[in-house]
Amino acid sequence: MEATGFSILTAIIFIPIIAGVVILFLDGKNRDLVRGVGITAASAVLALSLAVFFGYDNFVKAGGGLVEQQMSMLAAGGQLSGTQMFADALAFEQRVVWVESLGIAYHVGVDGVSAPMVLLTGMVAVAGVLISWNITDRLREFMAFFMFLVAGVFGVFIAVDLFMLFFFYELAIFPMYLLIAGWGWVKLREYASMKLTLYILVGSVFALVGAVAMYFTAGSYFSGPGAEVLRAAVESGILPADSGAYSWSIVQLTLAAENGAYAIDILGVEGLSFAKFWFPFMFMGFGVLAGLFPFHNWSPDGHVAAPTAVSMIHAGVLMKVGAFAALRAGVQLLPEGAESHLPWMVFLTLINVVYGALIAFRQRDFKYVIGFSSVSHMGLVSMGWATMNLTGMTGAGIQMFSHGAMTALFFGVVGMVYDRAHTRDIPSLGGFMKVMPWVGIAFVIGGLTSMGMPGLSGFIAEFPIFQGMWAASEQITLQLGIFELSNYYSVLVIISALGIVITAAYVLRVAGQVFFGEFDAARFHDVGNIEMTDRIVLIILGAPLIILGLYPPIMAPMIESGIRPLIALLGGG
Amino acid sequence: MEFDLWAQLPSVLPEIGLTALAIVVLFADCYGSQITRRNVVYISALAMALLALVPLIWLPDPALYENGTLLWGGMVNYDPLAQIFKVMLLLGGAVTCVLAAGDKGVGDKGEFYLIVIIATLGGLMMSSASDLILVFVALETLSIPLYMLASFRRGDARSAESGMKYFLYGAFASAIMLFGFSLLYGFTGTTNLAAIADSMNSLDDGLVAVMAALVMVVVGFGFKIGAAPFHFWTPDVYEGAPTPVTAFVSVSSKAASFALLLRFMTAVFPADLVIAGVVIQDFWINLLVVVSIISMSLGNIVALRQTNIKRLLAYSSIAQAGYTLIGVAALQGADPDLAVASVSFYMFMYIFTNLLVFGGAILFIAKTDSEEISDLAGLNRRSPWLALFMTIGLLSLGGIPPTAGFFGKFFLFQAAVNANLVGLALIAVSNAIIALYYYLVVIKVMYVDVGPDDDVAIGIPRVYGWSLGITALVVILLGTIAVTPIYNWATLGAAGL
Repeated sequence: MEATGFSILTAIIFIPIIAGVVILFLDGKNRDLVRGVGITAASAVLALSLAVFFGYDNFVKAGGGLVEQQMSMLAAGGQLSGTQMFADALAFEQRVVWVESLGIAYHVGVDGVSAPMVLLTGMVAVAGVLISWNITDRLREFMAFFMFLVAGVFGVFIAVDLFMLFFFYELAIFPMYLLIAGWGWVKLREYASMKLTLYILVGSVFALVGAVAMYFTAGSYFSGPGAEVLRAAVESGILPADSGAYSWSIVQLTLAAENGAYAIDILGVEGLSFAKFWFPFMFMGFGVLAGLFPFHNWSPDGHVAAPTAVSMIHAGVLMKVGAFAALRAGVQLLPEGAESHLPWMVFLTLINVVYGALIAFRQRDFKYVIGFSSVSHMGLVSMGWATMNLTGMTGAGIQMFSHGAMTALFFGVVGMVYDRAHTRDIPSLGGFMKVMPWVGIAFVIGGLTSMGMPGLSGFIAEFPIFQGMWAASEQITLQLGIFELSNYYSVLVIISALGIVITAAYVLRVAGQVFFGEFDAARFHDVGNIEMTDRIVLIILGAPLIILGLYPPIMAPMIESGIRPLIALLGGG
Repeated sequence: MEFDLWAQLPSVLPEIGLTALAIVVLFADCYGSQITRRNVVYISALAMALLALVPLIWLPDPALYENGTLLWGGMVNYDPLAQIFKVMLLLGGAVTCVLAAGDKGVGDKGEFYLIVIIATLGGLMMSSASDLILVFVALETLSIPLYMLASFRRGDARSAESGMKYFLYGAFASAIMLFGFSLLYGFTGTTNLAAIADSMNSLDDGLVAVMAALVMVVVGFGFKIGAAPFHFWTPDVYEGAPTPVTAFVSVSSKAASFALLLRFMTAVFPADLVIAGVVIQDFWINLLVVVSIISMSLGNIVALRQTNIKRLLAYSSIAQAGYTLIGVAALQGADPDLAVASVSFYMFMYIFTNLLVFGGAILFIAKTDSEEISDLAGLNRRSPWLALFMTIGLLSLGGIPPTAGFFGKFFLFQAAVNANLVGLALIAVSNAIIALYYYLVVIKVMYVDVGPDDDVAIGIPRVYGWSLGITALVVILLGTIAVTPIYNWATLGAAGL
């Protein structure tokens, strides 16, 4: 798609920012006004993100368009066409030069992977505002920071400029810190919020140094041997006419990767190329936020300590920000590094899947169960990236959306139960289906999704990931000194299937103990059914799980179109 | 060469303006009516803000600075570097005056503004000095008023102690630096910075003496910018001095010294200076790298243990000096433009950021008479705006977007990576994380903790609130849309070096 003047994506970023600033200037005592501004902004953003999602859907499904072109390029071998494919797949673009001398631009756009994420963020934004409807303590500040957080998350998903990606990534972190520290669960919030913030920042700043190194390496490539490549790219319209050699544009950095600019040896070590050295920094730096083992430790505590709305956006969307950025800034920009590192990093993702599920099984606290289940499910996303083939990575893309909606739904459910029962201790709850049927049904839907039940979105996400692992198994070998490990992905699939079994076990346990069984009417005498706002939350988050499960073509072709450029970059035909 | 007064005048116009202002303020304070005296603060602040426009109107002449033509008999170099630092020092002085206005025992005395003006004058001279004599005179013109300011609250023992300590350490550092200068003069026979480099280049031996002079100069600068291991004065002076003074010391002396450091090092010890086969630049770059690492690490780690807000900011400023030195060390790279620009931009944003944080602290300390961080508890409830302003400032110090600090740090790290100092950049980012911890703790105390006086609102005087608000806005703008113009301007700075 051609770059247009004003993009709807710009509105998506700036509406929450403006709403946040406006809310700060409102009278804090007038809660209805604060809520009104908040829900208006969030609904507007949701409407716009629906427009983006379906607009992109049309773009992908248009006859003779993007998909056919991608297929023919891949059929031709895919060499040196990844950048072209990526640039062609971007839609709703807008580019404004920000710091010209450094090649930094405000450049937004969506592709097949980010369009569903934009929709997810819009959904969770509305759900988050609704579920915070009854907050009484400093609602004004809460709502304003929540809006800034939403803006930061949107910014990461739609950034086509690597610098801008970092800018919004870091922008999201601070409001999250304050929201958890200020409005979270009193017992844990100070510890958990600080831990979470520092973990995420450590990852991102190391990635930032890697990105700066990448910027200079690509720049010196384009100002020297690659000058011709740059000129050709500008002429064919992949890059804008004012592109200099040094640029933060993800398209341009991808072009450098594709032409081998990062294949140079560094630190004077034979065989240690730039890409191989920096890939772990980039991938794991962002992987921290995706809960990648062994850097997942912040996540359960952070989710449990956070107020419900923040847990929802955090587990639902922010962890995807990490997985998404690891894909964008790691796999896409350093494909050579991905090929040499992901074959061992897949073991980490396996630990995520199985170990996360096992710990979730052991928890007594309802919210911790969901927290660890997120660790487990996010492992599947990273595992999907590690397959490095179309099937597996597409599955991971769907899993990002599916898990996002599902986990936000779970945290919504936990919040609704906790607000009324004032405890999250699983054994002391019971029979809540009777008093809160909506919540109970929502939990069952979410639970079935997380087990991978066919007909729900979890199945169409997890199945392709496992399928992709099988398919990748024959192609990937891991060299460990003199040992060579081959065909081991298939073994990993079998082990990770265990994770699904354990998931089923803990979901059924929680469902059985919390929602069925005896209801202690004496203890929970004031527990009543939920309000309208809560029902809307459950519908917004629950319905997509069913729709996507019954009708995968609503999202799968889109994500595939976003993954194909990566397949070309990874050298796959 | 014929002396053309009109061509040379713009280079010292702000200095002349400040001198005139100092005289006006002195007389207004001594002989003015009650009302005049109360308005001395606004006269000073407004005049300094207007003087900040002077370098923007009478621009440096590229025909002069690009080929190194000096003005006023070789004393002054009026180039974009001098220009940007003059503007930021004047703005910093103006903001300081407004922030001090309400402070009892400090802001209600006219001579406070007089001394601030004279110190700013010294800073301005430092940013364009290109002769050893003027360098030293400028340094002392800045330092001596600062010693006086530190002990401004005469009745307070801590303030007196602070002034005395600052004076003793400062005089010691000046003496060492002066000894270094005299060595440089001794074996070159000239006081002009560029000429010193030229005649050292022809030296065959004397390496040890040059190194000794270099080390002494670096020690002197290390003291002025408050870098470790020359930082011992910082915490005590910061804590003991009246808070508006601390704010002023923390920004003006540091910014002016960095301007001078950039100019001095590139002029006297340039990249092509080789004595007895030793590249002098490699030596001082390594020295600065070491000082930078010690400063960052020590400043940040010790800051973790502080409970007093002023001491916390003192250690934080040691760490900030360490970060900024990264930019100076990056001068060794292929693109000194990036290095100079990163230092200039960092100082530009640091002045506003630090004044914002101190501005919040000044008001809080004045209202509650407490400097303990724990007493900030519940500030968000007591005064939402004050808490928000301080938060913006602290986030900028920590380098979190959308505040100016994010770009400041980014430019420094970028310059470092470009100069093949990747290791230094990695140490710096690790330090930035440690630093963020204690900034976040302060923010947490303000927003989360519950204090005993939670219901007692803290009112902000109108002028004060507006000046804090504008400063906060500047910090946000410098982190978003104003980055490009300021950064491009800062990039010009290397042209005259």
